[in-house]
Amino acid sequence: MTLNANLISGRTAQQGANLEAKTSRAYFDACAYCELNSKDLEQLDVAEGDCLKVKTEFGEIVVFAKANNGNPQGLAFIPMGPWANAVLSPETHGCGMPGLKGVPAKIKRTKEKPLDMKSLMRSYREA
Amino acid sequence: MPVIKNAVCSLCGCLCDDITVTVDEENKITKIENACILGHSKFQGMFEHERIETPMIRKAGKLVSVSYEEALETAAKILVNSKRTLSYGWCSTSCEAISKAIQLAEETGSLIDSTANVCHGPSALAAQEKGSPGATLGEIKNRADLIIFWGCNPVHAHPRHLSRYSSFSKGFFVPRGRKERKMLVIDVRKTDTAKLADKYVEIEQGADLLLITALRSIINGHEEVIPEKVAGVSKEELLELAKLMKEAKFLCVFFGMGVTQSRSKYKNGDGVASLISDLNQHTKAVMIGMRGHYNVTGFGQVATWETGFPMAIDFAKGYPYYNPGETGANDVLVREEVDAAIIAAADPGAHFPQKALRQLAKIPLIQIDPYANPTTELADVVFPTAVVGIEAEGSAYRMDAISIRMKKLIETKFKTDEEIAKDLIEKVRELKRG
Amino acid sequence: MSEILIKNASVCDPFQGIDCEKMDLCIRNGKIVESVSSKAKVIDAKGRLTLAGGFDGHTHSAGKINVGRFMNPNDARRNPVPGLSGKVARTEKTRAQVGYNTPNTYAIGYRYAKLGYTTICEAAMPPLSARHTHEEFKEIPILDKMGLTLLGSNWQVMEYIRDKEPEKLAAYVAWALKASRGYGIKIVNPGGGEAWGWGRNVSGLYDPVPNFEVTPAEILIELGKANEKLNLPHSVHVHCNNLGHPGNYETTLETMKLFEKIKPSQERQSLHVTHVQFNAYAGTSWRDFETGAPMVSDYINQAKHLTFDMGQLIFGPAVTMTADGPVEYANSRMLHEKWSNQDVELEDASGVVPLSYSPKSFVNAVQWAIGLELALLVKDPWKVMFTTDSPNGGSFVNYPEVVTYLMSAKKREEVYSGFSELALGKMVLPEIDRELSFSELAVMTRAIQSKMYGRPEKGKLTIGADADIAIYELVPEKIDPSVEHEKVKQAFSATAYTFKDGKLVVKEGNIEASPMGKTYWVNADVPERVDSAMQKDLELKFKKYYTVSKSNYMVEDEYLPNPVEITTKGDF
Repeated sequence: MTLNANLISGRTAQQGANLEAKTSRAYFDACAYCELNSKDLEQLDVAEGDCLKVKTEFGEIVVFAKANNGNPQGLAFIPMGPWANAVLSPETHGCGMPGLKGVPAKIKRTKEKPLDMKSLMRSYREA
Repeated sequence: MPVIKNAVCSLCGCLCDDITVTVDEENKITKIENACILGHSKFQGMFEHERIETPMIRKAGKLVSVSYEEALETAAKILVNSKRTLSYGWCSTSCEAISKAIQLAEETGSLIDSTANVCHGPSALAAQEKGSPGATLGEIKNRADLIIFWGCNPVHAHPRHLSRYSSFSKGFFVPRGRKERKMLVIDVRKTDTAKLADKYVEIEQGADLLLITALRSIINGHEEVIPEKVAGVSKEELLELAKLMKEAKFLCVFFGMGVTQSRSKYKNGDGVASLISDLNQHTKAVMIGMRGHYNVTGFGQVATWETGFPMAIDFAKGYPYYNPGETGANDVLVREEVDAAIIAAADPGAHFPQKALRQLAKIPLIQIDPYANPTTELADVVFPTAVVGIEAEGSAYRMDAISIRMKKLIETKFKTDEEIAKDLIEKVRELKRG
Repeated sequence: MSEILIKNASVCDPFQGIDCEKMDLCIRNGKIVESVSSKAKVIDAKGRLTLAGGFDGHTHSAGKINVGRFMNPNDARRNPVPGLSGKVARTEKTRAQVGYNTPNTYAIGYRYAKLGYTTICEAAMPPLSARHTHEEFKEIPILDKMGLTLLGSNWQVMEYIRDKEPEKLAAYVAWALKASRGYGIKIVNPGGGEAWGWGRNVSGLYDPVPNFEVTPAEILIELGKANEKLNLPHSVHVHCNNLGHPGNYETTLETMKLFEKIKPSQERQSLHVTHVQFNAYAGTSWRDFETGAPMVSDYINQAKHLTFDMGQLIFGPAVTMTADGPVEYANSRMLHEKWSNQDVELEDASGVVPLSYSPKSFVNAVQWAIGLELALLVKDPWKVMFTTDSPNGGSFVNYPEVVTYLMSAKKREEVYSGFSELALGKMVLPEIDRELSFSELAVMTRAIQSKMYGRPEKGKLTIGADADIAIYELVPEKIDPSVEHEKVKQAFSATAYTFKDGKLVVKEGNIEASPMGKTYWVNADVPERVDSAMQKDLELKFKKYYTVSKSNYMVEDEYLPNPVEITTKGDF
């Protein structure tokens, strides 16, 4: 089952508290997840801690699943960081700002595990 | 053990200057008072995070330690041999360093841009369309009885904002603080900030501009044109919102990435500024952008007085040229137009979309940063640097454009961003002469 | 030990009563001296007009101007005054330059120096944002600088006036000057800045400030007294209430009359009224709006206690920037222009709005005429300071153009002959045929400032004065400024030589060097007992109402690379 969601990224306190510790496990835990309303998680047959594959026009990424019932259904949130940016839009619409909030995404359950930060960055070097 | 009062926290745009820091005989910070979770990570974390210890150059795919002179020479050569360099970041550092960075960009004919490119750049564009009707944070603390958080989540991004400057603060005309203030949150999801609000308005994603336009129509006396539902909000609720705003004695809209990054981008900020101007026909209203990095505002200020423009400045012709959409950091990376990059006091590796990173990975990249981060993974020359606000002093500008001097709290062996930028200028001049 | 001998200079020095006389000037170590040795570098002025460096006593060039730059990127490429505006690539000796009304800092320094100016005074800085002004000062090359500290809507000031505490008021003023490294007291729309905190304004001198129980008149008088009590070098510097409103000339006269009784502590005015053009309007609305300059000049002609500056308009785009918040909001709504605002907690308001002045608008035409009427109807040039309130009336790079308006009736006629009948009926300028001499011009652009600001080493070419000298490419006895006004304009647009502290900074209109200028600030001494009483009140303000701590508020030494501390002792 694939969920069609609208993906946004943003700050969290834990992400911010690790701004200067991005090689740490704490940063990985703070950023490599996707939050969905629990009804959406149910539909995907996913529990918190399982993994999701998030795919957009621009790329795909594997992240952990988290529940947040503050999210309306159909709204996916990944904290700002390398995992979110793997799939967000580089298009600046002639004004300089890329599309970091509001990218259509297809989300489904996966058995794959999220890449750690260095592996993710390595994939750019090897591209 | 020296106890330093009124130290300035160098993490977010709140630039809190009431931090008390205790330093032990080993030149370590052992106690911090008044800081939030972000501030704690800044002050205490510096003894725990992965610090870049020495200059490094990537040789055969791996970063190896080199002398400062070798790193300097290599970096300067990259700058001199490049046809079009992107200088990016310079926001988690002092104004003095930013000034040198701009001079370096001018002398090398580079492009220089700040983190506003992925943050409040659209707010600059909005101000360039409609102006920026603002005030200093103390005006909000002392007067505001209606505080609106639009597309921002201060509980997470600016944790002390509510208690120091806004909803929970107590001021001269608002001595009972929260009890005398109304807090309204407008967002696409119920954030932790929304949970504290008197009123939470959930809008459809990407529909901010529709909501702004509807509110303006009502405030300007044209409610008859409003349909039954706008942006997912009922007309009844819209009328209530407009009334709430008009009847306030002093309202402030704090706005963030929900306004700058979502669909319509800078037109949202343009709309908010127009709304504020319309509201001033009825009451007192101001708006303030929630700036992320502690000195992104400072970059904007220094760049504006030195070059005429706040960001996305291209020195290719020897004079400053500005055209976000063409000269923004993400613009030039996505168009694969730059052949070298110098990144300081910011982390595009973590915060730029994939297409821009593919380009950064391809070109020689010089990094200046105290800490190893995703950009380090792409870097070819790396300079460690002192942590500004702890190991180095200098000016920073708070989100409301007030300048405060950050203190030096402990000794360090590391050079400062300012010194490295100066050394690069000298080295570049030397290479050009030779 | 650098020595320079300027030979054959046609010197105009109103202080010494020298009016275009051929003489030599000797410079050693940055000062004008009696004589120099044979080793001196010789410069032949060839009979060209030689004046002390110009002193712009009221310009918005550091601080608030940054809002103007930021919101008007379109200004950066404007080039209506070639050689003094637009974008210029960096050179070996100069940083890149942009702009017209809101140039970048380097352009400001270079362009003023090209015009023969060597000192500027930033018109307004709220103490909380003074550090910003000093940061910009650091990047303005060549010029000596000072800034005026805004105090006319300040909470501590108003409370001391309400509570009748003149000693603590003076102590606070001294502290605010020290904290901001300011040179003098600036008052803008007294009390109105606080009213604007609620979106309101004050309507005149006796309209009380909401919540503070003081009137603008009281603010003016008490700050005037504090100014003299502290023996400050400059008088209070006042932007009157009701700026921009038809009929406001009455408020201006009332304000001026208030100061008749204030005795200055120095040999100078007790009041300086700024950009009076914007405050010399008669009529009751824009429909019957007309010049109020004759009434204002009549009063000034018989007054002995004041000076004023013009605030001359320049046609074309301008950027208004002022602490008069309400005026700017009103401008933006009336003219459908973008609007920036920055109210500063406990201190003052401000606004920035870009606009354009057109000779086809009868209002702008009359405004243009008023500035000149004031300068020409006031008989004594020692009361008149030359300004455009840059960039409110227009950019300072248009000063050469304004010179031609003052020196040539023909030039003025060329301009107003294009005005509508409606406009011509509302001004008196066509009736005026007075043309200023070089000597009178020198008074208005450099000599008066020396007296007004209490800077004896500026504005004159006497022995001991700073060797700030401008040599212009015209020979006074060979030119008739009334007829050859284009030549005059050209000559004033780029000096043959500008010297700053005896160093050559401009030659044939090109920047030769950009040394760092000095920053003047005033440290007024106040008795310990009064100061500590005041500090207690102040500490409460910081504890409860400010959002910056007191220890981080004061401008640090690091921001003044070349400070000149002027000390005074208060009379307590």
